[in-house]
Amino acid sequence: MLGRKATWSLKSGRLHLGAGWQYAVFLEVMPKKVVILGGGTGGTLTANRLRRSALPGGLDITVVDQDDRHVYQPGLLFVPFGLMNPEDIVKPRSRQLRPGITFRNSDIDHVDVEANEVRLSDGSALAYDVLVVATGAVLVPEETEGLTGPGWMEKMFTFYTPEGARALATALGTFDGGRVVVNVVDMPIKCPVAPIEFCFLADWFFCRRGIRDRVQLTLVTPLDGAFTKPVCNARLSGMLKAKGIELLTEFNTGVVDGVKGELVAYDGRKAPFDLAVVVPLHEGAAYVGRSRGLGDELNFVPTDEHTLQSKVAPNVFVIGDAADVLASKAGSVAHFEGETLVGNIERYLGGEPLEPGFDGHANCFIESGFHKALLVDFNYETEPLPGHFPTRAGLPLLKESRLNHLGKLMFRWLYWHVLLPGRDIPGVGSKMPVAGKKALTSVGSRKDRL
Amino acid sequence: MTMMTIADSDVELNPEGFFVHPEQWTEEMAPELARREGIDPLTDAHWTVIRFMRAEYLEKGTGPTVRVLGKTSGVSIKELYQLFPKGPAKTAAKIAGIPKPRGCI
Repeated sequence: MLGRKATWSLKSGRLHLGAGWQYAVFLEVMPKKVVILGGGTGGTLTANRLRRSALPGGLDITVVDQDDRHVYQPGLLFVPFGLMNPEDIVKPRSRQLRPGITFRNSDIDHVDVEANEVRLSDGSALAYDVLVVATGAVLVPEETEGLTGPGWMEKMFTFYTPEGARALATALGTFDGGRVVVNVVDMPIKCPVAPIEFCFLADWFFCRRGIRDRVQLTLVTPLDGAFTKPVCNARLSGMLKAKGIELLTEFNTGVVDGVKGELVAYDGRKAPFDLAVVVPLHEGAAYVGRSRGLGDELNFVPTDEHTLQSKVAPNVFVIGDAADVLASKAGSVAHFEGETLVGNIERYLGGEPLEPGFDGHANCFIESGFHKALLVDFNYETEPLPGHFPTRAGLPLLKESRLNHLGKLMFRWLYWHVLLPGRDIPGVGSKMPVAGKKALTSVGSRKDRL
Repeated sequence: MTMMTIADSDVELNPEGFFVHPEQWTEEMAPELARREGIDPLTDAHWTVIRFMRAEYLEKGTGPTVRVLGKTSGVSIKELYQLFPKGPAKTAAKIAGIPKPRGCI
C-alpha cells in the first residue's frame, strides 16, 4: 500500500489511509439488499439479527408482509378456553422490527428466482442480493370436502386462527354435552403437539364446568399414535387414556359432513361428532406456487436441512415453516434456526463456505391441563427423552409439572422481548443440549420417522 | 429385521414390513408382496402408483405421502384408497420395495 499505513474499517466499509496523505480516500461499499418475505417469527428474528450484521457496507433490509398483524400463535391454544383474549396476542409486525429495517405492507405476487426480484401485487419490484423466505404455512380448509360447508364455524371450528379460536370459545362455553372430536386432517401441521394439548385442556375445561361425564372426547389422527416418536408417544398415549380421551389412529379424513355430524375417512370409517375441532390441511404460501421453480407440490421450499440455504438458488434462504425440512413446524425451531441462517447469509455474502449448523432442534411445552405442562426437547437425530432441560438442574422433560406450566406462560414474554428481537435465551443454545437427558443411546434414529 | 424369500430372492424387511435395502427389489417381487397385503391381482392402475412411488423415492429419497400422491400421481386420493384400501402410501411403499414414507413430526 505505497509504504503507508492503511486501515480497513469493517463497520463503515471505508478504507482509511494513514496520516500524512493530503487526501483521505474513501472506498464506499454498497449495502447488500436483503429481502425477507414474511414478518412472522422467522422473518422478524432474521431481520433483527441481520440488522446487527457487521458486513462491510451494512445491509439494506426489507421485510414484506400482507398485513401488519403479528399473532403470537402459541396463545391461540388458550383462547377457546377463555384463558387468553385474541386481542392480547396480536401486535403490529412493523413495531417488532429494529429501526433501520424497512417494512412493506403488501401482497406478494411472485418471486422471479432467475432475475433476483420479488414482484409485489401492486406491480412494483424489489431486487435482492439475498432472499429469505419466511412466509410460513397457511391453512387450506377448503381442500377438505365439506369442511367449509354447512356447519363451518357453527359446529366445526379450528383454533389455528384468531377468528376460529374466538368462535370456538363461544361454542365451548355453551356446549352442554355430546361428542367432541379433535381432528388432524393430515400432516404436516404447525405445532404438532397442539391438538393433544387441546384435548388435555378440553378435559380440564369440561371438568371445571362440571360436565366432563357428559362429554365424549376423541383425538382423531392420521398418525399411528398420538405422537410419532416411541418414548413420547407412550407417555402421551398413557396420559390420554388416563384422562378418558379416546384415540382414533390412521384416520385419513376425506369428508367432514356438518349436516350428519361425522368425519368420514377415505377408508370408509366414520367418527360422529356434535362439535368438531379440526386442524385443516397446511401448505406453503400461495405466491410460492406462482413462483416458477421455488416450491414443491405443497408450496414448501426445498431447503438444505443443516445450512438452511434453499435448493432453488444459492442466494435464497429459508427459515421456519416455509421450508420442507423434517423439523417440527414451530416457533422454537425458527428461533434455533436463526443463528445458523444469519451466519450463513453473512458467509454467503462474504464469499465463504456455509456451515451446516442447524441440527433440527425443537423445544415445546405441552400444556396438560390443571395448571401443569410437559416439556419435550429433540432434534433430527434424537427423539424426545426424559431427563431435565437444559441441564440436570433444569426443567423436567416428558413429565408433568407446574414449573413447566409456568415456563409456558413465561414464554409469551420471552417471545416478544427475546425471540423476536433476535436475542439468545440465556443458558439455552441453538443446538440440542444432551447434558440432562436419559437413555440417549440407540433410540430415535431418523429412520424411525413416519 | 426379518429375512424373507420373495420371488426366489432373499430380501431384508424391517419389523413393519418395509424393505431395508430398496435395491434388493425387483418388479417380479411385486405380485407376491401385493398378495401379502391382500391385493390380488395387481392391475395397471396399481402399477402406475407403484412405479410412481418407486421413481419418487429414487429421485427424492422418500416416497410421497397420500396427499402428495393424490396431487402428483394423476390418481385421486379416493381412487388410491380403492386400489390400496389399507392406506395407499404405506401399502404401495411396501409393494414398491421402498421405506415407509416420511412425514413430519
